Amino acid sequence: MTRTPRRKAYGVKSAPYVFLVPATLLFLLFFALPIGYAVYLSFRRTEVAGLGLGKGARQEIWAGVANYADALSDSELLDGALRILGYGAIVVPVMLGLALLFALLLDTDGLRARGFSRLAIFLPYAIPGVIAALMWGFLYLPDVSPFLYLLDAAGLPRPDLLDGGPLYLSLANIAVWGGTGFNMIVIYTSLRAIPAEVFEAARIDGCSQLQIALRIKIPMVAPSLILTFFFSIIATLQVFSEPTTLKPLTNSLSTTWSPLMKVYQDAFVNNDIHAAAAQAVIIALATLALSFGFLKAANSRTKQGDSR
Amino acid sequence: MKYRTVAVSTAAALAATALLSGCGTDDGADEPAASGPASLTYWAWAPGLDKVADIWNKGPGKEAGITVTVKKQASGDDLVTKIITAAKAHKAPDLVQAEYQALPTLVSNDVLADISEEAGDAKGEFADGIWQQATLGSDALYALPQDSGPLMFYYRQDLFEQYGLTVPTTWDEFAETARALKKKAPDKDLTTFSSNDSGLFAGLAQQAGAKWWTTGGDKWKVAIDDPATQKVADFWGGLVKEGAVDNQPMYTPAWNKALNTGKQVAWVSAVWAPGTLTTAAPETKGKWAMAPLPQWTAGENVTGSWGGSSTAVTNDSTNKKAAATFAKWLNTDPTALAALVKEGGIYPAATAAQTGGALAKAPDYFSNQPGFYTEAAKIAQGTAPAAWGPNVNVAYSAFKDNFAAAAKNKSDFGPALTAMQDATVADLKKQGFGVSE
Repeated sequence: MTRTPRRKAYGVKSAPYVFLVPATLLFLLFFALPIGYAVYLSFRRTEVAGLGLGKGARQEIWAGVANYADALSDSELLDGALRILGYGAIVVPVMLGLALLFALLLDTDGLRARGFSRLAIFLPYAIPGVIAALMWGFLYLPDVSPFLYLLDAAGLPRPDLLDGGPLYLSLANIAVWGGTGFNMIVIYTSLRAIPAEVFEAARIDGCSQLQIALRIKIPMVAPSLILTFFFSIIATLQVFSEPTTLKPLTNSLSTTWSPLMKVYQDAFVNNDIHAAAAQAVIIALATLALSFGFLKAANSRTKQGDSR
Repeated sequence: MKYRTVAVSTAAALAATALLSGCGTDDGADEPAASGPASLTYWAWAPGLDKVADIWNKGPGKEAGITVTVKKQASGDDLVTKIITAAKAHKAPDLVQAEYQALPTLVSNDVLADISEEAGDAKGEFADGIWQQATLGSDALYALPQDSGPLMFYYRQDLFEQYGLTVPTTWDEFAETARALKKKAPDKDLTTFSSNDSGLFAGLAQQAGAKWWTTGGDKWKVAIDDPATQKVADFWGGLVKEGAVDNQPMYTPAWNKALNTGKQVAWVSAVWAPGTLTTAAPETKGKWAMAPLPQWTAGENVTGSWGGSSTAVTNDSTNKKAAATFAKWLNTDPTALAALVKEGGIYPAATAAQTGGALAKAPDYFSNQPGFYTEAAKIAQGTAPAAWGPNVNVAYSAFKDNFAAAAKNKSDFGPALTAMQDATVADLKKQGFGVSE
């Protein structure tokens, strides 16, 4: 009898730590360790002597912040960042706008074929990004595209979809086509979670469907809109597979079109993992700053709204 | 306190397990060295190489007690990166397939072994220009040449006849032919300038006499913007600018269609083109013909190379002698070469194998030109030597980006070439190589 309380007290005190051990271990092994190694690599570089042929011609040395200085002064990385900002300025509003619109339409009363429509809009999300990019690439290429063939047959001018401004639209289109369904499901799910009494009350007060959508539904799904926006920003900053897949089809996409393509190019083509590591760290920090900056701004606005 | 100790030791145990399992996946590279039976791993991408290795394993390899296993890991530049990474962990395979232009990069990363003692006597089997790419101009031997890709001119015989064009023998005539075709059929192009294919541009520059990387003392000299290459860049830049040839990249669905429908009526390519044409333009089989590459000076017989690879032995191999023996057999033995041609469809680098044997008959796609390989062997004799350096990959990606922009804007290719030179030199300097101005 005397032992039980003691053991109990001991167990309660240490239990949280015991439960934390697996997660902490996994975090250290598969998260902190690789990131730490990447950061370590970013402060190193290889030094070659003379012709650099044969044994001992290459050694790894401490580089200080040289890799970071190079990356930040590299106009290609900055240009890449500007390019994806332009791309994101098209993708994010269009994709989320469409997702919200579809979600609201699906949530309208008395809709027929709801399940089918939901599946049809969601389906492109299930197609891998590379396959989607390849498929659209074929549809954009002047000589094999049925769209351009029809335009030509109708005597209309054929826009070059893989060059200049249209290139951004073409790339954005792939992302919008693939991502709208996912975001729609997120928004739609939170629409379904709104209690029916709210709508009933609104209808009794004489609200139309449109007014319900604008005044009740959209404000009530604001948190999931913020969430999808957050995901979309991260996805935009990490765009890689679509431009990489389309690159061989056109002269207008360089090997360093997006920041991640530049990292890939340095790591796996130019064989300079140190420069690539430094760039990766910079991109990760920028992504973190941008996405959490947005979350913070969104949160403070919500709080202001609450206090009013 | 107690639990922390447990956590730490568990972490250590986990880390140790991870390390152990990391080491566990070796590919027989740690076999005991020296005379006894050897088991070798070979990373390569040429199709059918495993079948050729089977011939070795059942015949000469069985007698010598050397077994070779072919592993298809990746191809071209991707494989170079993989091999360098593996070599850093001292886990590189015994044998690797490497393109000629990748050899300096691999040597510079201390991946390849010098096999001049074991296989240096094979020198006589290859043309000088090819052999020198495997020695990097030194006394060492870093690889045995496997296949080569001498450049040639392919054209649609029927369409040339239809539009009254003659096969160009010089580049001036080539430009005239392009213009004449544009006049007669404005929607057709003689060919395209592809900014995706740095290897083709390098081959064309070799033909003009360019030597992009050379060494003097312990310094590299980069001459990508030398007069010879400038001449080639200006020539193609001029044709693109005036619209005489197309500016879209090769190896796209649109390009395949252009070849298949006769929108593009010719292709400057290498000896392996029949394979590509078979898949890209199946409907025009039998309508193509091959001629020597147009020359800068009339009456000469000079060509460059596009592609081509070699078999190299790595420093990580515990049985370099056995590996070199296999590499030599693979690339000089008539049985092996015949199998390489048959199974892999390659054009062997060994001079003796370029005529007769498996290459006696023209490729199926060119059955209308029975003397295809006799002609090809004649062209191959004039292959200009190539001079590669330790950062071809950087030069090639600079080519892709700068020439793509120039081709798109139809602007002069000169500045693009200068940018390519500058990027290459800057990268060498940044890495610490000795560079002479």
